[in-house]
Amino acid sequence: MHHILAAAPAAPIPPWINLSALWQIVVLGLLAGAGLPALFAIGLRALALSRGNGPATGVDATAGGSSDQLFGGNPVGLIAGGICFLVVLGAIGWGIWQIWYLGHPH
Amino acid sequence: MNDFLLVLVVITALSFDFTNGFHDTGNAMATSIATKALSPRVAVGLSAVLNLVGAFLSLTVAATIASGLVDTGIITLTVVASGLAGGIIWNLLTWLFGIPSSSSHALIGGVIGSTIAAAGGHAVQWHNLVAKVVVPAGLSPIVAALVAVTGTWLLYRISQNMTDGGRTHGFRIGQIGSASMVSLAHGTNDAQKTMGVITLALIVNKSIPATAGAPFWVILACGLAIAAGTYVGGWRVIRTLGKGLVEIEPPQGMAAESSSAAIILLSSHFGYSLSTTHVATGSIIGTGLGKKGAEVRWGVAGRMVTAWLLTLPAAGVVGAGAYALANAIGGTTGVMIETIILVAIAAAIYWRSRKTKVDHSNVNSEWTGGVAPSEPVGATPAPAAA
Repeated sequence: MHHILAAAPAAPIPPWINLSALWQIVVLGLLAGAGLPALFAIGLRALALSRGNGPATGVDATAGGSSDQLFGGNPVGLIAGGICFLVVLGAIGWGIWQIWYLGHPH
Repeated sequence: MNDFLLVLVVITALSFDFTNGFHDTGNAMATSIATKALSPRVAVGLSAVLNLVGAFLSLTVAATIASGLVDTGIITLTVVASGLAGGIIWNLLTWLFGIPSSSSHALIGGVIGSTIAAAGGHAVQWHNLVAKVVVPAGLSPIVAALVAVTGTWLLYRISQNMTDGGRTHGFRIGQIGSASMVSLAHGTNDAQKTMGVITLALIVNKSIPATAGAPFWVILACGLAIAAGTYVGGWRVIRTLGKGLVEIEPPQGMAAESSSAAIILLSSHFGYSLSTTHVATGSIIGTGLGKKGAEVRWGVAGRMVTAWLLTLPAAGVVGAGAYALANAIGGTTGVMIETIILVAIAAAIYWRSRKTKVDHSNVNSEWTGGVAPSEPVGATPAPAAA
């Protein structure tokens, strides 16, 4: 073991497990990796709202169980869904920009 | 300076990058192909383009694959060539068996093996190897599975009142987006590993100064090699990931790919260059656990984990053996003979794979216990497999 440590450079020795990075990856991972698709699903759900004031049942009520139509005909649903999709796209765009920014020397 | 040897090393490195591409196509695209969100050929085409774009997205290759893991002072072109040979052979063998093992571990294992053969165990920084490679490799599939379980549960919960058709249609679109992000992340992560190796070889050969970054031609060549490999499509691995582990529906596919993209990109932000394969596999298992009634084939998962545990040592043994051979013969001739043997082994594995060929036409055929497809190439997939 002494032998091996002697060969290591002066750089700080990393801990076996970096708990601080780990919990940040878990929390941010849940937000981005599960939260964003959930927001996308809410957008789909809103988009599928049918016209009228009934409870949200998607396109189920009007178009039958097998329809693959995404838009249920409700303008409020369209706007709400659109906002959800824009937030998801915005978050992805911001993420890509971050990678680009951090990945190139300034 | 030995420019002929350098050219040989660069070609070997780009060959490794090519195997990295086709071995890992499935990480991004297996679920989209399995749920028919994308046709197989469109999926590999899209993934290839995004891998190429990803290769240019981030250029922090200063942290080469070797620095911090081995004593770079003792690295020679023969060590690099032998390490690459170890990585390539392990990648091809696992591809033959349809096992999604880590290309990054194959490369790291190969380089460490050849380093040990060249200079002994003290040239390896074991603590860094455990802290930077082994521990993250153990944790990443668990974190990815946790995120994918959560995502899958949320997506089914939120969409429970939607029609089956609307749900399938909507999440297929989401799946294409999230799989594209994984392809981009793969290009950024994995192409840089080969860029690092080639840059290291250039520095060792004194072709560029020790402080130099990757020259533009290296970035372009690595991006093109990984994209070409991706486009060829590692159909055997795609089949295992898309059909073998879990039978996947579009919401699960979207949850899995979103989890993978988030974990890969976040981890590289924190300085951990994870294996995209470990993350993607963890996510896919997670999405099987998150859906009520979905079945995870633990036998297949167990075989994969066994291969993961073997990857570092096995690639290391091949890398060490390759170095011993090249060193015994000596000089450029040694590396040339090593390369010829590598090509011969690769050809033999390819020839063997033709016996149970998997391609875009039968990649989705029903899982009958192994990667060998239930239908020959060219057959129309059975409706039962849908």
